[in-house]
Amino acid sequence: MCSYIVEKAALRGSAKGPSGWMRIDTANVYYDHPYHAPMDHALAIDFVCEADGARERVAVEISRESALELIERIKAALASGDAAHGAAQACERVSVAATQSEVASLF
Amino acid sequence: MSYPGIICETVSFQGHNNDKSEAYYARPSKQGRVGGVVLIHHLPGWDEWSIETARKIAHHGYACISPNLYFRDGPGSHDDIGARVRAAGGVSDNQVVGDVAGSIAYLRAQPNSNGKIGLIGFCSGGRHVYLVACQLGNIDAAVDCWGGNVIVDDKTQLNAKRPVAPIDLTAKMTAPLLGLFGNDDANPTADQVNRTEAKLKELGKTYEFHRYDKAGHAFFNYARGDAYRAEATADGWKKVFAFYGKHLGGAA
Repeated sequence: MCSYIVEKAALRGSAKGPSGWMRIDTANVYYDHPYHAPMDHALAIDFVCEADGARERVAVEISRESALELIERIKAALASGDAAHGAAQACERVSVAATQSEVASLF
Repeated sequence: MSYPGIICETVSFQGHNNDKSEAYYARPSKQGRVGGVVLIHHLPGWDEWSIETARKIAHHGYACISPNLYFRDGPGSHDDIGARVRAAGGVSDNQVVGDVAGSIAYLRAQPNSNGKIGLIGFCSGGRHVYLVACQLGNIDAAVDCWGGNVIVDDKTQLNAKRPVAPIDLTAKMTAPLLGLFGNDDANPTADQVNRTEAKLKELGKTYEFHRYDKAGHAFFNYARGDAYRAEATADGWKKVFAFYGKHLGGAA
């Protein structure tokens, strides 16, 4: 089917397009006929910056199964990243505390 | 045996609001007057398949103009522009009707015109064909290829750009209508096609609908391997050119 249905996600970040890196503030997400991917329907995401006029985009077209897998991998990456960074931050805190202790012990 | 020659070029015409619009124009190179066809591209935009299809129609003896309905959102590649238009909720029905009216005026102003005008549209363009055939009274043959949203069951889908379901304008349709549909299509569904046909029948309109099994949306489109159905496509084009031969004259 062809539809105008678009889910818009507000976001903050950057994407690399044909002209190099650009800031982005929106992801337009839709499930419809792809332009390039060799399949009848694809989950498409266009990363754009509406604040800059949305004249450029970074586009992906992936299968439904790929999209669902990607969702899970994003969640997993965030979870493991949070765990790792949380440990690192705790480590930094310990390290800083130790250093301060060490420094304090010198006086 | 020889093949007829065609001449193709990109042209300007006066579109909606007298905007200077662009279109692809393909016509037979032979002398003489021929029927004209406005090709209304599908939702993804004014892509290579649309242009190739315009050449096919010219090859079969008609002067075919394919307006770029998204030119106002350019410049850029057709897929980037199509994505831009989609994100903005599509083009308005009024604007499309204006651009098609301008395309018709362009065709009728050409020295090769026999005065007859046909339409053909695919996907959202099929819906536009139905809409234009109801809103403009000067169409001689309209071909709707799997136009979705002719019937709008969920009225919340109507908005400022698409305020009316085309089915509700059917009483105003004056052109003979040919409809081609895949029975596996999700938009329009087989049930919606049946209901559209029932409305045309109820109002005494001139129409012929053809439905194809094991075909879904966009089954003419060889650029989409999963959707393309060779046999249905061959039969569908036969139906289209027989319809044009009957109503536009001068078929090759």
